[in-house]
Amino acid sequence: MPIRKVMKANEAAAWAAKLAKPKVIAAFPITPSTLVPEKISEFVADGELDAEFIKVESEHSAISACVGASAAGVRTFTATASQGLALMHEILFIAAGMRLPIVIAVGNRALSAPINIWNDWQDTISERDTGWLQFYAENNQEALDLILIAFKVAEDERVLLPAMVGFDAFILTHTVEPVEIPDQELVDEFLGEYMPKHAYLDPAKPITQGALGFPAHYMEARYGVWEANENAKKVIDEVFAEFEKKFGRKYQKIEEYRTEDADIIFVTMGSLAGTLKEYVDMLREKGVKVGAAKITVYRPFPTEEVRELAKKTKVLALLEKNVTFSVGGALFQDFSRALVNESEKPKIVDFILGLGGRDVTFKDLDEALAIAQKALTGEEFEEVNWIGLRKEIL
Amino acid sequence: MAVRKPPITTREYWAPGHAACAGCGCAAALRLATKAFSEAMEEKYGDPNAFAIAQATGCMEVVSAVFPYTAWKAPWIHVAFENAAAVASGVEAAWKKVGRKGKILAIGGDGGTADIGMQALSGMLERWHNVVYLMYDNEAYMNTGIQRSSSTPYGAWTTTSPPGKLSIGEDKPKKWVALIAAAHQIPYVATASVANPYDFIKKMKKAAKVDGPAFVQVQCTCVPGWRAPPEKSIEITRLAIETGVWPLFEIENGDFHNIKIQAPGGGAKVKREGGRIVAIEFKKPIEEYLKLQGRFKHLFKQPEAIDIMREQIKAMWKVLGVDVILPKPEE
Ligand SMILES: Cc1ncc(C[n+]2csc(CCOP(=O)(O)OP(=O)(O)O)c2C)c(N)n1
Ligand code: SF4
Repeated sequence: MPIRKVMKANEAAAWAAKLAKPKVIAAFPITPSTLVPEKISEFVADGELDAEFIKVESEHSAISACVGASAAGVRTFTATASQGLALMHEILFIAAGMRLPIVIAVGNRALSAPINIWNDWQDTISERDTGWLQFYAENNQEALDLILIAFKVAEDERVLLPAMVGFDAFILTHTVEPVEIPDQELVDEFLGEYMPKHAYLDPAKPITQGALGFPAHYMEARYGVWEANENAKKVIDEVFAEFEKKFGRKYQKIEEYRTEDADIIFVTMGSLAGTLKEYVDMLREKGVKVGAAKITVYRPFPTEEVRELAKKTKVLALLEKNVTFSVGGALFQDFSRALVNESEKPKIVDFILGLGGRDVTFKDLDEALAIAQKALTGEEFEEVNWIGLRKEIL
Repeated sequence: MAVRKPPITTREYWAPGHAACAGCGCAAALRLATKAFSEAMEEKYGDPNAFAIAQATGCMEVVSAVFPYTAWKAPWIHVAFENAAAVASGVEAAWKKVGRKGKILAIGGDGGTADIGMQALSGMLERWHNVVYLMYDNEAYMNTGIQRSSSTPYGAWTTTSPPGKLSIGEDKPKKWVALIAAAHQIPYVATASVANPYDFIKKMKKAAKVDGPAFVQVQCTCVPGWRAPPEKSIEITRLAIETGVWPLFEIENGDFHNIKIQAPGGGAKVKREGGRIVAIEFKKPIEEYLKLQGRFKHLFKQPEAIDIMREQIKAMWKVLGVDVILPKPEE
C-alpha cells in the first residue's frame, strides 16, 4: 500500500531516488537541494538504499562520476542547483552525447551575480541545448513522480538520454506537502532493472567509449541526440500513460486548465502553475475568459501540443522565470518557433517575472493581464515585459 | 632448447595502429603500463583483463581513439580533460556495487593532472577509491600544440613560455605532483621513467596490487614538444635520471621520512645511511640531458640559467631528503 507522508520536495526527490534504486549516487551540496544528498546518505547509512554514495569534491566530479558509473552500466543519480548545475555544464553535453541515462534532481535556483539562492529557472533553462530531457514539477508529489518517470524515459532504448527534473527553490524544496510514496514493488515493476546494451565497461567485452569524432562522424552523433529527443516525445506519452495506470496520477507534456473558450491562455512552468490556476479561477468567477497551461515537459519541446493549444485561444501569455537576452524568455523563443509557420496563430506576449525568488503576486498577474488584454483588443503592446520591477531602484 | 620467458606479458592492450608520433615516449609508457597492469590483475584476481581505463583528454587520447577505430583492447572511457580521476571514481563505485573484481586505471597527461585535473585527482585520492592514477608527464600540453603546464621544467621553451629578450622560457620550477599525491597519505606513490622499463613495470604492478589509491608519475618524451629526434627518446629520459633531473622514488602511506630513493646510475656515487640514500654525487652534468633537446637550446647562451636550474634540482632533492652534487661540464 502506498503511504502518505508530509515532506519537502527535496525529501520527495530523495524518496524517488530510493525507490528507483540507483547503484551509484554522487553528489555535492548546494542550496536549495542540499537535503537531497543528505536524505539519501541517511537511507544508505540505514541500509534502506543499497547504493554507493560518492561524496565528491565538486559538482563537476559528481556528474563525472555519474558518467563513469553509468558507462559502467549502472543506474545513477545526483542532485544539484544553480552554480552546481552550471559547473556541470561541460559534462552535461558529454553525458547526452554518450547517451547515458543519468537523472539529476534540480532545485531550480537563480544564477550569480549577484549571488542569490532563491527560485527562478535560469539554471536548467541555460542547459536546454545540452541534449538532456527536462521535466518541471508543480508540487512535491510531481517532484517524486517525475523523477521516476524521468528514469523510465531516459533508459528507454529509443531514447537513452539523461534527464533533469526541476522543482522550485524554497517554494517546493523547503515547503512541506502531503506526498504519496508509491509501493516499492510497483516501482520495481514500472522501472525494472537498468540493463544497458550500448554502454558498459566490461573486460570480457572491451569497448571504447568517448572516442574522438572527426567531421565525418560528429554530426551524426549530434543527430542521434536530436533523434532521441524526437523519439522521447512518444515514449514520454507512453510512460505517462503507464504511470497513470499503475499509480493513478495523470501527467501530460502540457497540462491545460480551463482553456475551453479562453481568449487568453497564460502559460507557465513549475510551481507558478499552482498560483496561476487560482488566478484563473478568480478571473473566471468575474467572467474573464482566461485559461492556464503548464509545461511539464520542456525538452523535448512539445511543439505539437503547443500548436494545439494555440488553436484554442487568441492570446498566449507566457510567464517566465528566466531571461534570454534581447529575446525575452526562452519559452517565447520556443513558442515562436512552434507557431511561426501556422496560418492562423494567436498573439504571443512574454512576461519575465519572479527572478531570484521575487514573489509573483496576483497584482503582478493583473499587470500581465492588462498587457495581454491590449494584445487581445488589437491595441499596441510590448512583446517582452518585465513584471514587478522596482523602478525606484533602477 | 628452452624458450626464455618474455620479461613481460605478450598480451597487448595498447595495440599497434595508434597514431602517436614515431619515438613517442608516452605511447611506450602506456603500452608498458597496461601490460604491467594486466600481469598484476592476473596475479591478484586470476584474470588478466580485470581492469578498465578512464583517460583524460590529451595527446594519448586523441591518438588512440579516433572513431571508428580504437587502439584499446581494454574497456576504456574518455570523458573530458580534467576529470579522469572523477570518472574513474564512478567506474570503481559501479564495479564495487555490482561485485565486479578488478581495478581501475586512470590516465592523464601533466596538464590533465597537475593543472586542470588537480582537484578531481585530490578528491579521488582522498576518498580512497581503488584506482591507480598514471600521470604520463611529457612536461607540457602537447595535444594543443606545446603550451606550458605547471609540470613544465624551468627554462623550457614552449609556445606559451617562449624565450625572448625578456624571457628565459618557462620561469617557474616544476610542480612535483607525486609529492602532492603522497600528501594524501595513500598506500603508494612512485615516479618512474620509460627509460627504465623494468622499474616502471615493477612499480605499476605494485600500484595495481595495493588496496586503495595509488599514483605513478612517469616521465616520457614528446618528440615535437621536446624538439628532440625520435630515436633519442629513451636516451634522453635515461639522461634525465643519470644527471639528477628526474628522481626515481617511492613513497608508501605518505611516509615522507621513509622515501625510497633509487640509485641513478650513470656513474653517480651514492652514499647510504642505514640502507637509505642520503647523498648522491652525480657524474654527468645536466647539460648532457639538456643539449639533446631543442626546448633547452637557448639556455646554452645563458649558462647562468642552467645554474639556476641546478639550484632548483638540488632543492627538489632536498625535499626528498638527499644532498646532491651536480657537476658543471668540464670546460
Ligand atoms: C576544459 C578544457 N580546456 C581545454 C581543453 C583543450 N585541451 C585538450 S587536451 C589539452 C592539453 C593536454 O595536455 P596534457 O594533459 O599535458 O596531455 P598531452 O596532450 O601532453 O598528452 C588541452 C589544453 C579541453 N579539452 N578542455
Ligand atoms: S605529439 Fe608528443 S605526446 Fe603526442 S604522440 Fe607525438 S610525441 Fe607523443
